[in-house]
Amino acid sequence: MTAANVYQQRPDDSVKAESPLHHAGFNELAGKGKSGAGVTLREKKLLAHLTLRGDSRDPAFAEGVHNALGLELPAALSLSTRDHVSLQWIGPDEFLLIAPRGEEFAIEQKLRLALGEQHIQVVNVSGGQTILELSGPKARDVLMKSTSYDVHPNTFPVGKAVGSVFAKTQLYIRHTGDDTYELLVRRSFADYIWAWLQDASGEYGLAVEG
Amino acid sequence: MLYIFCPHCGESRSEEEFAPAGQAHIARPLDPAACSDAEWGEYMWFRDNPRGLRHELWLHAAGCRKYFNATRHTVSYEIVETYKIGEKPSFSETVDEPQPQAQGATA
Ligand SMILES: [Zn+2]
Repeated sequence: MTAANVYQQRPDDSVKAESPLHHAGFNELAGKGKSGAGVTLREKKLLAHLTLRGDSRDPAFAEGVHNALGLELPAALSLSTRDHVSLQWIGPDEFLLIAPRGEEFAIEQKLRLALGEQHIQVVNVSGGQTILELSGPKARDVLMKSTSYDVHPNTFPVGKAVGSVFAKTQLYIRHTGDDTYELLVRRSFADYIWAWLQDASGEYGLAVEG
Repeated sequence: MLYIFCPHCGESRSEEEFAPAGQAHIARPLDPAACSDAEWGEYMWFRDNPRGLRHELWLHAAGCRKYFNATRHTVSYEIVETYKIGEKPSFSETVDEPQPQAQGATA
């Protein structure tokens, strides 16, 4: 174990937690959209987000990550997934781990134990960002209106994840299923992206899930 | 739209994802305290600005957020290669003569 000060950062359930889009009231909007909507939106909120940094060229780093998570280090622009845990390539020395709510403390401990004295960094960024999931037959059309990145399946297959410009700001697009995409949005931009997505998906019909 | 190849992401991306960061391969003085003001000023502030192929530092700001180098022509804007920091460029820098001015143009 390293000398890093690791502690439980998530308050227990007696403390009220609000996601970055709490004020949008997705629970109240759920089921009120038109039937047959082209785009369905939901927030995958309050998940465990951990930034993991280390040298991906070092086999010891990849091995430690595998021992801790049972996941291979993802190659450039890709996503490793197992059960409800995903590991995303952000850069050659940076990865993003997303796990179910509340698991971040145990995962950080496992990572630090497995990576020992290696030159690495694990930071809990759960409070700083959220995930918006876009799905449906017109989800890709909404992306095409929003980003200059080529989201055609030939260049953006399932399992790929890219950082790009989006609606004049920046976010990560993760292709998680045939018609399903996740947008990794910074907390302070969540309201703006929500407004943008409502406008961009208006012509296709938008349904919100709580 | 101009496409730039990011050597970290391994694919071409639109120019708006990138930010230029100036001249590349500027060595920091090994002992800054031993520099004269002129030497430090030269390192800190003074940059070349010729016509021709230049080695430049670029940032993939909206993508992997990593710096890399590009060899770019300062007149045509053509980027002939990009390469990771620590790697050697395969194109040398050039200084091109200015094109003769069209007849009737004033100096
Ligand atoms: Zn990149």
